[in-house]
Amino acid sequence: MNRVLPILTVLFAIVVIWYAAAIGMNAPWQTTLNTRAELTDVPFTDFALQTWAQERPVLPAPHQVIGEIWNATVALEFNSRRSLAYHGWITLSSTLLGFVLGTALGVALAVVIVHNEAANRSLMPWIIASQTIPILAIAPMVVVGLGAVGITGTVPRALISMYLSFFPVVVGMVKGLRSPEAIQLDLMRTYDATTWQTFWKLRWPAAMPMLFASMKVGIAISLIGAVVSELSNAAGGGLGVRLLTGSYNGQTIQIWAALFIAAALAAVLVMIVGAAERVVNTRMGARP
Amino acid sequence: MTTSAVVSAQNLGLTFKTNDGDVVALSDVNLTIDKGEFVSFIGPSGCGKTTFLRTIADLERPTSGTLTINGQTPDQARKSRAYGYVFQAPALYPWRTIEKNIALPLEIMGYSQAQQAQRIKRTMDLVNLSGFEKKYPWQLSGGMQQRASIARALAFDADLLLMDEPFGALDEIVRDHLNSELLKLWDRTQKTICFVTHSIPEAVYLSTKIVVMSPRPGRVTDIIESDLPRERPLDIRETPEFLAIAARVREGLRAGHSYDEDHV
Repeated sequence: MNRVLPILTVLFAIVVIWYAAAIGMNAPWQTTLNTRAELTDVPFTDFALQTWAQERPVLPAPHQVIGEIWNATVALEFNSRRSLAYHGWITLSSTLLGFVLGTALGVALAVVIVHNEAANRSLMPWIIASQTIPILAIAPMVVVGLGAVGITGTVPRALISMYLSFFPVVVGMVKGLRSPEAIQLDLMRTYDATTWQTFWKLRWPAAMPMLFASMKVGIAISLIGAVVSELSNAAGGGLGVRLLTGSYNGQTIQIWAALFIAAALAAVLVMIVGAAERVVNTRMGARP
Repeated sequence: MTTSAVVSAQNLGLTFKTNDGDVVALSDVNLTIDKGEFVSFIGPSGCGKTTFLRTIADLERPTSGTLTINGQTPDQARKSRAYGYVFQAPALYPWRTIEKNIALPLEIMGYSQAQQAQRIKRTMDLVNLSGFEKKYPWQLSGGMQQRASIARALAFDADLLLMDEPFGALDEIVRDHLNSELLKLWDRTQKTICFVTHSIPEAVYLSTKIVVMSPRPGRVTDIIESDLPRERPLDIRETPEFLAIAARVREGLRAGHSYDEDHV
């Protein structure tokens, strides 16, 4: 209870502030509507309820967003084009594929960088430069370009996710693989251990904390990459498409519902990585 | 050069090239260590005692002179796993249990599972750590961790044991205890031990030969053969023979200007 109480308090405060903000932000439009309907002297409580029940509010009230999420997931068939579960699955699948590819690429690059001085000097500037290019600029090129050669669907979107998620992994793993102390490496040398043995018995286990830390960042930005890539191909579906069509049509409730699903997805994915980290820590004898 | 010598250094020198210019870590070191000896290297910081040990272990390369280990070059000796090295810190891998830490060199050297198990048991008995096989390093005290690291160095049966201030970080009570255990271990295993320290009582208590070194440049100022018996109870340290050797060590340090302000 001691852990839950602060969380509930903060959540309660957020909800209260949100409802209050919804009144303020939706008030001008509600006043216009009431003037047109020649409604005067609406009591404040009624007015507040009106601002929380608009069809296209500037800021939807929490219950409207939750209602939309319910209607668009549980109450709808999965295959429906309006189903958030369907679109969420599209986003999730490219996020996961991109994350797996990005982590693999990041680890592979880190291994090469740590073991080869030439790679260390030549690769790192390019890796950093790759992240200075706005993802919004290259995502359409990749999606459209690959579409032109017949590669569509999850793979192009996953490549964008990979492009974002390999970066924290390569930076983290270079640090992690270099984390063994000098005497731990000297010890391996006194045993005349091969580079391979030193890697598996020392560098790799020593890098585990950094691997999980960077994977947590990696999976969250992998989701961002998936959402951004979906903006380039509205026909492909995904949470990004729901955000896009929502903003075209002024469907703020739909936008917020898609945002909530994306945020919840990211939170769950980071928690799964965190759970995997705890399992590995326990198996590696970490102090509880 | 005699081939029966375990370690033989002739005119050995080592100069580190740094941005501030050359640092002479070792200069004209001549030393022979015979099989079964317990040799301590003593001197203030910067006298090259650790560097000399690392040179024997092929962790540093000499820049002049010759150095042989069992008649081989340091590189050949390292590749034939001629020595076990105990560092200042235990350097146990935190993700391995104590027995897995001791198994580390055995895994690398390709011992079978059965041989590993037998050697782990034997060396853990030797350092009095039986019963702690499944513990992780953080569950052990500093003294026990260092004993585990000694067991790890003994596991593959190298005849030469190189120890770089292994008990430097421990309190004096634990240190006394481990010193007497180390003597018993040396007596039982008949190994040749090179031991770096900057404690005069420790050096005199343990050694058959004490090499006194002094800094700038790192060099040997005196080599003292100890005539204390092999059997050494802790209270031997109050005997006149012991104190006489300790006085000579101190004299050697003074002759090398080890006590001068600018050298400390």
